[in-house]
Amino acid sequence: MSETRDTRLPFSLEPVLVGLLFGSIGLFGVIYGIGEWAPELASRHGAGIDTMMTYLMVTTGAMFLTGHLAMALFIWQGSRRTRISHRLASPRFEKRLSIALGVLMAVVAEGGVVAIGLPVWNEYFMAEAPPDAVTVEVVGQQFFWSVRYPGADGEFGATDIQLMDDVVNPIGLDRSDPVAVDDIVWLNEIYVPVNRPVRVVLRSKDMIHSFFLPHLRVKQDVIPGMVPEVVFVPTREGTFELACAELCGLGHYRMQGFFHVVSDAEFTSQLERLASEQ
Amino acid sequence: MSEAHDPGFVRRYIFSTDHKIIGIQYILTGLVMGLVGGLLAVLIRIQLGWPTAQWELLETLMPRGYPSGFMAPEFYISVVTMHGTIMVFFFISYVLVSGFGNYLVPLQVGAKDMAYPLLNMLSYWFALLSAVVMMASFLVEGGAAAAGWTAYPPLSAIASAVPGSGLGQSIWLVSMAIFIASFTMSGLNVVATIFTMRAPGMTMMRLPLTIWSYFIAAILGLLAFPPLTAAAVLLLFDRHLGTSFFLPSGLVVAGQPLSFQGGSPLLWQHLFWFLGHPEVYVLILPALGIVGDVVPAFTRKPVFGYRLNVYSLIAVGVLSMVVWGHHMFVSGMSPFTGEYFTLATMLITIPMTVYGVNLVASLFGGRMRLATPMLFSLAAVALFGSGGFGGLFLGNATADMQLHDTYFVVGHFHFMIGGVTLMGTFAALYFWFPKMFGRSMHEGFGKLHFWGTFAPFFMVFFGQHFLGLQGMPRRYYAFNTYEYLEGTAGQNTMLSVIVMVLVAAQFVFMVNFLWSLFKGQPAEANPWAATTLEWTVASPPPHGNFGDTLPAVHRWAYEYSPESTGEDFAPQTAGPNDAPITA
Ligand code: HEM
Ligand SMILES: [Cu+2]
Ligand SMILES: [Cu+2]
Repeated sequence: MSETRDTRLPFSLEPVLVGLLFGSIGLFGVIYGIGEWAPELASRHGAGIDTMMTYLMVTTGAMFLTGHLAMALFIWQGSRRTRISHRLASPRFEKRLSIALGVLMAVVAEGGVVAIGLPVWNEYFMAEAPPDAVTVEVVGQQFFWSVRYPGADGEFGATDIQLMDDVVNPIGLDRSDPVAVDDIVWLNEIYVPVNRPVRVVLRSKDMIHSFFLPHLRVKQDVIPGMVPEVVFVPTREGTFELACAELCGLGHYRMQGFFHVVSDAEFTSQLERLASEQ
Repeated sequence: MSEAHDPGFVRRYIFSTDHKIIGIQYILTGLVMGLVGGLLAVLIRIQLGWPTAQWELLETLMPRGYPSGFMAPEFYISVVTMHGTIMVFFFISYVLVSGFGNYLVPLQVGAKDMAYPLLNMLSYWFALLSAVVMMASFLVEGGAAAAGWTAYPPLSAIASAVPGSGLGQSIWLVSMAIFIASFTMSGLNVVATIFTMRAPGMTMMRLPLTIWSYFIAAILGLLAFPPLTAAAVLLLFDRHLGTSFFLPSGLVVAGQPLSFQGGSPLLWQHLFWFLGHPEVYVLILPALGIVGDVVPAFTRKPVFGYRLNVYSLIAVGVLSMVVWGHHMFVSGMSPFTGEYFTLATMLITIPMTVYGVNLVASLFGGRMRLATPMLFSLAAVALFGSGGFGGLFLGNATADMQLHDTYFVVGHFHFMIGGVTLMGTFAALYFWFPKMFGRSMHEGFGKLHFWGTFAPFFMVFFGQHFLGLQGMPRRYYAFNTYEYLEGTAGQNTMLSVIVMVLVAAQFVFMVNFLWSLFKGQPAEANPWAATTLEWTVASPPPHGNFGDTLPAVHRWAYEYSPESTGEDFAPQTAGPNDAPITA
């Protein structure tokens, strides 16, 4: 059956408004989305994450727009008919459409993951810290981060629960351990040199915290009892905020830290300063 | 059926075993809980919109939560936790899943009642009990649970971790265990009823999509929920009996070394999400099923691709059991496991896309009437698509590294279990109100409610996706100390203002609902000219639904504009001589 004039209703405002509502969601959604992005990138692997997100933005943005415009169109058309124009599609057509959609999503979703996503994921998680990597330990607790450098010997000294004291020794460093003597312990401020791999060893004393550096595209939960490590390369000098991304109590929102990416020379001098203040 | 003696008011309306009364009891309980959850959302948005403001009125109302007029951070996270818990488990689960499930399943399969009416009544009373227990936790020392609706230990396990982890958290766990017991009972009932009580001629492939969706949701609930009961009991043991199922050695909380040993917080996450992920489908499938049945009634043509929709629902059900780890990509579990969960999660988008696109295709070529149930159904379709696109980001482990636990997730799940289910619930309420109460709701106020609900809802949660992209973490009491989030302050205030419009629109609904209960236009048996069995009986249907003989079913539920007849529709009971049988 084709649409003929007598199957149309006279113009009415409501369908136009409803169609406009859905259509403009599609249109303004995309326009709004184009102007938005994550904090300015500051790490090497983060470029891969951003590529993944760009790919998803483009593909889903296109589907989002098409879908809403189609709805708007069908609402306009359908509201003006007095008789339906199509009843049933043939089973063959229905099946073919589903297969086409399945293939489309397999390509867009699985394909994107396999081609762009998982290589980045693997590279990030399989990264072995190279010998010139800077190692730093970050210990979360309600509601601050303790930061420890191993010092000249490159090894972390022993810690002991009995020695823990939130004011003077939050991680319970045992200074009688010879390896611990040159350890540098500090709060909430992390210094790393630019363009060199950083290995962050994470621990938690109490709750689950999450080590989140939005600019560096790093997020790692720190579950008590586990000692996860992340390895990444900061690519831009600057001070970047560290936020806790896992609910850890009433002060979760103020568990803020600062990740200073500095030149090699500055890094050395900052560590010397911190060492002298131990 | 002999109706010889009147069972009396109490047996008829309160301790009733009639599935329709029980369904309405669930719906009313759920709506009240939804109101509570909504008011909690207002408190959340007030805090996020104006983080430094002082509220004397709120201090007067809740002196413990607002010392000297400022919201206490511990109160904030209690409110967030209870908002999520109430909305997921006590609003949507009760109204949409148990409420409409109870009401519709026997009517639409052509049965006089549920398979086990007494069990059905018991499941409602358990449900009410669990809601009351949950609400009681606001009153105890330390306040309500504050570890998030996901209740991750150690936060939820150790009383000194946060005030809400005192008695409040124990009550939360007990309430959840009761809830699951109740949900298991009603799930059994739904499965048994659909399997064994279908009217003659009602084959599985003639069931309306609504029934298919309840069927799959009930099976998912039966398979996925019990592990959380076990987990809740184990967590109670950790809390009160000194066991260490979820707690490792070496914990030092508030300066005190604790003596737990050998447990793993990660175990809880697996058990929780083994329930949690299927749970989100338990909630959304009924909404999708209902939309699949409401749309044809307002386009006067069959749903597009019925069979494939059924297969999609089944596929989604199966896949939803094996993707729970996508909530834990950055938890520290093995990266190989992460790869598996990414690939599995992406698979689920295939049947979901088929179902969603088929809903849009169902609009094509129809003769559309934009009545209120249809408007809300259209809203559900749009949100389902948009939420699915967000799912593509989150199910992709690589993108999720940035987006996990930010407002992107908050936007995503509000589109899905917040939005699709809310819009589906309203579609169902407007659609079946005449059947339930014998009166119609007011269309004009219904449309006002639609405009006041959908547009603001979309703006708020669409915007939150992009706040998350900027790295705004969820469950934060305030953001004003973070320099990189300075730009979000204005957006947060604006979203809070829009939420106030959204909330105001819900009062239009409440007034319309209550007014229509008593004063609405009397409704005929089939005001929407729909095909399913409940519309062949009076509004409201009598006790026993179909009188002495069960209806004989001759066709599927989508015989709109049947071929070669001048008719507009043929009910499922119409014989082969009335109209050609499509399926
Ligand atoms: C297209 C299909 C979907 C995909 C690929 C998907 C993916 C995801 C992923 C990966 C997460 C975890 C994000 C994170 O915490 O980092 C998530 C969260 C969530 N999703 Fe979906 N999702 C889909 C559909 C749904 C549906 C249909 C619902 C509800 C009916 C839903 C409700 C939720 C909820 C409630 C959460 C938040 C859980 C929390 O509190 O952490 N999603 N989704
Ligand atoms: Cu935290
Ligand atoms: Cu999930």
